[in-house]
Amino acid sequence: MQNGAIVAVENLVKRYPMGGKHFTALNGISLSFGTGEFAGIVGPSGSGKTTLLNIIGSLDSPSEGSATVIGQSITSLSQKEAALLRKKYLGFIFQTFNLLPVYTVYENVEFPLLLLGMSAGDRKKAVLDALEWVGLTDKISSRPAQLSGGECQRVAIARAMVKKPRLVLADEPTANLDAANSHHILKTLLKLNEDLQTTFIFATHDDKVIQYLKRKITLEDGKVVKDVTV
Amino acid sequence: MTAIKLAIRNLISAGLRTWLNVSILALILILIIWQYGVINGWNRMALRDMIDWEIGGGEIWTEGFDPYDPFTLEDAHRILPTSFNREIEKGNMAPVLITQASIYPQGRVMSILLKGIDPSQRVIELPTGKLLEGHEGIPAIIGAGMARDARLNTGDNITVRWRDVDGTFDATEVNIVGTYRCNVPAVDNGQIWIPIENLRKMTQMPGEATLLITHQDYTWTGEETGWVLKDHDYLLKDIREIIRVKKVGGSIFYIILMLLALLAVFDTQVLSIFRRQKEIGTYLAMGMTRGQVVGLFTVEGAMHSILAVILGAIPGIPVLILLARKGFALPEGSSSLGVAMAEKIYPVYSAGLVISVMLIVVITTTIVSYLPSRKISRMNPTEAIKGKLQ
Repeated sequence: MQNGAIVAVENLVKRYPMGGKHFTALNGISLSFGTGEFAGIVGPSGSGKTTLLNIIGSLDSPSEGSATVIGQSITSLSQKEAALLRKKYLGFIFQTFNLLPVYTVYENVEFPLLLLGMSAGDRKKAVLDALEWVGLTDKISSRPAQLSGGECQRVAIARAMVKKPRLVLADEPTANLDAANSHHILKTLLKLNEDLQTTFIFATHDDKVIQYLKRKITLEDGKVVKDVTV
Repeated sequence: MTAIKLAIRNLISAGLRTWLNVSILALILILIIWQYGVINGWNRMALRDMIDWEIGGGEIWTEGFDPYDPFTLEDAHRILPTSFNREIEKGNMAPVLITQASIYPQGRVMSILLKGIDPSQRVIELPTGKLLEGHEGIPAIIGAGMARDARLNTGDNITVRWRDVDGTFDATEVNIVGTYRCNVPAVDNGQIWIPIENLRKMTQMPGEATLLITHQDYTWTGEETGWVLKDHDYLLKDIREIIRVKKVGGSIFYIILMLLALLAVFDTQVLSIFRRQKEIGTYLAMGMTRGQVVGLFTVEGAMHSILAVILGAIPGIPVLILLARKGFALPEGSSSLGVAMAEKIYPVYSAGLVISVMLIVVITTTIVSYLPSRKISRMNPTEAIKGKLQ
């Protein structure tokens, strides 16, 4: 692991059983990400982007190799320790937003803070700050069903950022959005990256996202074929 | 605490689905408490009436007497010893002489038990004072059930045929001087009560009795040859067995009701977990452990029963109190079922009953909510995040 690296993966292999055989999604990946990076794993569908992101996010485990995230080895973490790592240090942004449908915008953004056991006063301040970052202070009482796709993704960003995580993992965050919304969201994320020094790792094949990335890692058939820092 | 907060939010947000389940649970909760209250009230009334009207503080039987075998009556009578006569004078005991007899109402023959009792007794609530009022012939009182079955009314004369101590048949007319309403079948059905002295003369058994009923405040501790004490444990054994069987029967009804409600909660949970996979994946991604998510869904399910207790209390408390005060009228003909039944039953709800029913509902709902929630612990979070069925 490089000095100052927030994420380091070494010879990462991930195989899935498939019809009596194994499909290799990741094949010997070695990468590291430093604090404050705005990086993306790019490549066609099936190249292993999401699988790598899931392993870094401790939602999945590798078949071989090691992954260290914020100083903790993913492979040796228990379920509880992995959950604690996600709760304290990681934020997730999903392609389909994954907002809790019965909660209001405010409650959705507040949710990670409830899990952290933060006091009501601190929660309120943090939620309002996060909604201000994404420009949704006028929608705090709305429910996800009342929002547009772009607004939903902005709520998801606020939810991911509200606890000021050290690492945000974004899986195809603009896939369901039009160009205008995509640019708006990426500008918001870039600003948060600069203001809060949060590390962002994207999994994407969307050119709109790729043009904002400061580092582009290209995967093909589970292997890193290019790693370019802009 | 977080799980409870989240569960309440989720439940309230789920709207109609939640309130349907809660309403059904609340209704069942009220029904179970009411039904147990009725059984308790009935039991208490049956035991109380049996003590007040039939057995007092206990009975002293002549050896060989068996109330379920009428043939024992031929020999089950004995002259009262002096010690008993002293207690009778003090009002601590009431002697009863029993013989088999027949009556002929409207040309029908009807077997009865002719019972002689001291008209001035105060040991049981039987209104024997009516036997003291001046009448021609032998005065008799009968229960409302007997009056209905034999179509007899106050003032009627009825021919009674019996056998005396030597087995010789004899007959006379008795005059019905009063009827009484009593919930104890053994004091009403097929019984005619006359003054004990008249029966002693009729049967040629002077100074004899079949049994003695003791006062509730008196305990006989002596010993007399040929007499056997039958205490409450013995005399109430049958009715307690009936109560036990009734409770078992009531429990079956209650289990069926509970199963219906729990099925609704179980279905809701299964559907909820099926539909909310993406939400479950999101919870896991945000840092909840599988156990916490299972706990959240279990608490959500269990909260149905907590809300049901609160919702049920709003109409339940006033309705159950009203029924306990005003009573619950039994349909016509219930008294002919052969067990002690009043015209009205006053349900009795103890704190233990209410708390235990509530606890059972909450615990079973929690278990039923937990069972389908266990599936969450086997879910793959990366698949769940995408909402893929697992």
